[in-house]
Amino acid sequence: MSRKLYVARSPRIAARKLGEEMLVMSAVDSTLFTLNPTATILWQAADGATPLDEIVEHKICSEFDVNPDEALRDAETLANDLATRGILLISEQPIGAAKPRLQESA
Amino acid sequence: MSALLQEMGDRALALGVPLSVQVDLTYRCNEQCIHCYLDHTDHGEMTTAEIKRLLAEMAEAGVFILTFSGGEIFLRRDFFDILEYARELTFCVKLKTNAVLIREAQAARLRDLAVQSIQVSIYSHRPEVHDAITKVPGSLRRSINAIRFLKSQNLKVIIANVLMTANMEDIHGVRALADELGVECSLDPTVTPMMDGDRSILNLNAGDSALRQIFRDEAFIGNAEEFCAPPPTPSEDSMDSLPCSAGHTSCYVSPYGELYPCVQFPLSCGNVRQQSFLDIWRNSQQLKEVRSIRLRDTSCSKCAHGATCTRCPGLAFLEGNMRGPSTADCEKSYARTGIPSANLLAKKETNAAPRRLVQIQLVPPITGSRLSNLAAAP
Repeated sequence: MSRKLYVARSPRIAARKLGEEMLVMSAVDSTLFTLNPTATILWQAADGATPLDEIVEHKICSEFDVNPDEALRDAETLANDLATRGILLISEQPIGAAKPRLQESA
Repeated sequence: MSALLQEMGDRALALGVPLSVQVDLTYRCNEQCIHCYLDHTDHGEMTTAEIKRLLAEMAEAGVFILTFSGGEIFLRRDFFDILEYARELTFCVKLKTNAVLIREAQAARLRDLAVQSIQVSIYSHRPEVHDAITKVPGSLRRSINAIRFLKSQNLKVIIANVLMTANMEDIHGVRALADELGVECSLDPTVTPMMDGDRSILNLNAGDSALRQIFRDEAFIGNAEEFCAPPPTPSEDSMDSLPCSAGHTSCYVSPYGELYPCVQFPLSCGNVRQQSFLDIWRNSQQLKEVRSIRLRDTSCSKCAHGATCTRCPGLAFLEGNMRGPSTADCEKSYARTGIPSANLLAKKETNAAPRRLVQIQLVPPITGSRLSNLAAAP
């Protein structure tokens, strides 16, 4: 059985949805990112408690016509990328502390 | 501004989203700066609950950058409660403060809450000048100590200076102080009128020659040749350009809940105590009026500086017409290029003209006994 990965939004970021994209700013170095609609779905579902494979299965595969294994590989790559930029926390254990509230917006 | 933030600004404009809002939490202040545009008396500030409700509405409306300012924000006992809630709502939070009340504990708390930047007002590197402007002995020492506490927490600090007659000799000293502290430094070249329209504080402005000097000092403006170049002829595109982001992607909320297009634009568009933030943002007639301003509709459309002028519609409003000229910006354009704006030329003519008109109007019917009086008139 493959290992479970858990993802959570870093509490040291600012974020807001703008149209279909997510604006994210790192408080560490004020770098600004935008996440595309797929990455935004992953980002919003990153509650620290739901495993990444479940997020992909329930939030991404249900929305897009994609191969589940391929989608999971892409999601892991994306999660690692966001983690190296300090805007996502990634762990093999559930992450309890970091659950910033996110508001839907225009 | 980064290219990405500019792009987000354009997208927010297209979507009608207020990307950036300044909320003044109080007008009360522990300094009494000679150039301040505010009435520091508390006329009924929003409560903690009212501010939290406003923040939730602003997050819902899509606000990303939230600036807390005042008055002095740290005078509110609930400041950290409000800030913590703002960060829960994932705003990018910036603060404007004199920092006098910030010590190690407050700086550490600001770091924990991942505040994006803290702007601290410093008017001179010399206590006798800074403290005379704030009217608080020891204020420079306390503000500098606070900057050191903030820097020790790796927070981004920006020193904000305002050019006045009282401190015009010290602008390089303030920059050197910023360098020594390892922080950024900005300089606002003009004092603005009070929010109630009182223009008496404008006599604190450093004047034309100081402005000209600064506008040729590459430490402040970058490439002086480019900055001071004669203005290009306004193009058709520039005729349809927006004056600024006020009311388009940004606005300002006072401690009493009044929503304005900008902190420098005291046109009340509604009150968040009576209406939701989004309702005012979408439906205020005043905001619609502000959004309709284009260069071609203003009295500046024929001015040589039309395309490059920083004409502030708020300052123009304070002069009586949001579509009219803002004399402070005319003066900046003149100091920059040496070319007077259409407004300055008109003022010059008007200043000359009334004397003639008054003389003509006041000339009484000439009788023999009054001839000598007329001749003696200045």
